Amino acid sequence: MSSTNNPAPKWLFPLVLSFIIIILAAVIPRFLPPYTIISLNDIFMYIVLTVSWAVFSGPTRYISLASAAFFGIGIYVSAVLGNVLPFLAAIALGGLASFLLALLVGLSSLRLRGMYFTIFTFGLSELIRHSVLWWEVNITRTVGRLVVSVDNITVYYAMLTIVLLTLAMAYFIKNSKYGLALLAIGESEEATDHIGVNVNALKILAFAMSAVFMGAAGATMATRWTYIDPSIAFNPLFSFMPVLMAIFGGVHRIYGQIIGATALTLLADMLLTKFPYYYNLLYGIILVAVILFLPQGLAGLRERMSKWRKHVLVK
Amino acid sequence: MRILEGKGVQKYFGGLAATADVDFHINQGEIVGLIGPNGAGKTTLFNLISGSIAPTSGTIMFKGENILGLKPHQICKRGLARTFQLVKLFGSMTVSQNILLACFFGKSGGVHKSDAQRESSRLLEFVGLSGTDGVIAKELTIANQKRLEVARALATKPELLLLDELMAGLNPTEVAQATELVLEIRKKGTTIFMIEHVMKAIMGVSDRIIALHYGKKISEGTPEEITTDKTVKEIYLGI
Amino acid sequence: MGGTLLLDIIIGGLILGGLYALIAVGLGLQYGVARVLNVSHGEFIMLGAFATYSLYTSFGINPLVSLVISGPIVFGLGFLIHRTLFQHLRKSSESMAAFEGTSILASFGLLFIIQNIALLSWGSDIKGYTYLAGTVDFGGAIYAQNRLLAFLFAIIIGLAFYFFLARTRFGKAIRAAAQDVDTAQLMGVNIHRMLGLCFGLGALMAALAGCLISMMFEITPLMGLPYSIIAIIAVVLGGLGNILGSLLGGLILGLVGNIVMYIHPGLSLIAYYMIFLLLILVRPTGILGK
Repeated sequence: MSSTNNPAPKWLFPLVLSFIIIILAAVIPRFLPPYTIISLNDIFMYIVLTVSWAVFSGPTRYISLASAAFFGIGIYVSAVLGNVLPFLAAIALGGLASFLLALLVGLSSLRLRGMYFTIFTFGLSELIRHSVLWWEVNITRTVGRLVVSVDNITVYYAMLTIVLLTLAMAYFIKNSKYGLALLAIGESEEATDHIGVNVNALKILAFAMSAVFMGAAGATMATRWTYIDPSIAFNPLFSFMPVLMAIFGGVHRIYGQIIGATALTLLADMLLTKFPYYYNLLYGIILVAVILFLPQGLAGLRERMSKWRKHVLVK
Repeated sequence: MRILEGKGVQKYFGGLAATADVDFHINQGEIVGLIGPNGAGKTTLFNLISGSIAPTSGTIMFKGENILGLKPHQICKRGLARTFQLVKLFGSMTVSQNILLACFFGKSGGVHKSDAQRESSRLLEFVGLSGTDGVIAKELTIANQKRLEVARALATKPELLLLDELMAGLNPTEVAQATELVLEIRKKGTTIFMIEHVMKAIMGVSDRIIALHYGKKISEGTPEEITTDKTVKEIYLGI
Repeated sequence: MGGTLLLDIIIGGLILGGLYALIAVGLGLQYGVARVLNVSHGEFIMLGAFATYSLYTSFGINPLVSLVISGPIVFGLGFLIHRTLFQHLRKSSESMAAFEGTSILASFGLLFIIQNIALLSWGSDIKGYTYLAGTVDFGGAIYAQNRLLAFLFAIIIGLAFYFFLARTRFGKAIRAAAQDVDTAQLMGVNIHRMLGLCFGLGALMAALAGCLISMMFEITPLMGLPYSIIAIIAVVLGGLGNILGSLLGGLILGLVGNIVMYIHPGLSLIAYYMIFLLLILVRPTGILGK
């Protein structure tokens, strides 16, 4: 459980990361077919959602199911303002809208603990989805909108940038005293408060920070789908998938979250092409299997393996 | 000089008074004991002082400033720390992380990491936990968890420390060590207000004792005065 | 005229509320006792509805008879799911809070599985059948016979369940476990078997509600989630862990839903969410809570 078992060398993570970035940024878009770039964009999207989700929910153990709301509001900002604003401005506004929404959610729900927080965040995302739908049906009288489309390579670079910013944010928060304080909140809020941490402010701020890049990613990805409606933008899957991906890879490790998001996105991709009819069913089975057999995720598996190895060596 | 002074402190849960109209004060440099039967309102009083719960009425002055109604983290930053009756450590974090956090966010705040680390090893040595830095906190024995909690509270640099049943559940040797620790803390300049059930320990270590019963102060005085007080004898010591 | 309309709304609301109460009590058992906030609850309603539909259209079996057939089958399915999935999760979780978190995710996976099996077997088209579609005149207000019948059965099932909880030994054990699982265990209750039975009973209530729903409304394999959400809201309304509160919560929600439906048909789900979010913020222990 603890984030302190087996600490990897401090320089390893940034080094590996910058290596991957160089490859992704410079090499790949020139040589790969459009299809691969599209699926890379999907992977980027889920990395942003998963790592962002884990910034707050990982250490504090407050399971948020509001990711769909934060992602979706980014999508809608881009859909509504995409044809009047430049691409970059739409992305920034998407992130801002998401941040403000999260601030509001955090302020209203900070007293809720455990299950109540989870149900509240889920209910809120659904309320937003249904309200937007109702608005479109009854007020604007058209469901869904067209989004100004942007070419794949531009989306690719935008998403790559958002992924990097997300990772940087997650890394700095995790390794700062605030990251340690968030971890302490997950252990005992009362004790954390009593050693001088402004628990409520920290919780709300971390929650809002974690929403920024979800919104930005939503605003970016919207341009790729060309048509969106409330069921697409606020799909509850966007709330559940990051949680599963984080669990699958390991909630307490950023590299675990990246691996989890990448692996499950690729898996979904593969299932969709190979078994289009059984795709959802197989996916459901895999979700249940992950929760059942990998409760600590792949990172946990690695730790268990190394513990086991030590155990054998000692003998 | 009075470092802490409470006047007319009241807290009602529903219609029940957990503390009713309690007046008390703690002088700088003192060790004051708080005794009373279960349900007397001792922990409630601590919770009111440290900001865990909001009072119904009254004032609590800490260093001349009313702190009643402030949040725990604000009170901590003013130099008042506490431990809990049931230890509340950050169980899956390491011993040193527990203390580092308190250094980072406590009264001094903004401490540099290397200073905090030095402070952490100094405190661990002070409470007798040297060499446990990397141990996961919940894997310590109960006695050591209590020491760690004291060290964590001290890391916030308090001028007044509230200890809630530090000795409960400890064996006689550990009680002796804990008594020693309390005296050492005072020697370093921290005033102490402590709830205790272990009579011998609290009588030996306190300068003054306050006795609560049903949320009311029934007696106050030196340990000798308390042990001879008629009301205390009747109600608390059951003699 | 105004009086008739009001009566109409109230009776309609009671009919809907009766159904919601059954659904909510089912989830109340699963969450209140077994601690699984089962997002796939609605899928068991859908299964009950489709079982009734298939039995009626293929074999001509009376929907009321289906209650007795599909109910026990879904009960067994629920019991089995708890045994294989949730019991295992519960044992491997380090705390109850952790279990509540992972079980909501596992039930989301379950929702996917059941829904897609149903889609593969019955297709995604909206289905329905007519059964007792004739009407009854009640002092000027007109009701479909099947609705009144569904209401009657909802009351019968609800009452039967109430007596089961209040009077039988097992029912008392369930209530004890809803208060405090550890104590119930100390009193000699085989806890895992009991949690499994509670989960199964919850699924059973869902399936029975599904049978009744299929008599009055059209059904699709995708119908489950809204019902799950209604159930969650009703359970929170009644207070998490308070089974009789869930019953009341369902009833209230049905009434409110029907009133809102008269004002504006599209708004009822939004109204449910609004009530729910406000309630959680203002009074998280539910209307009956301390």
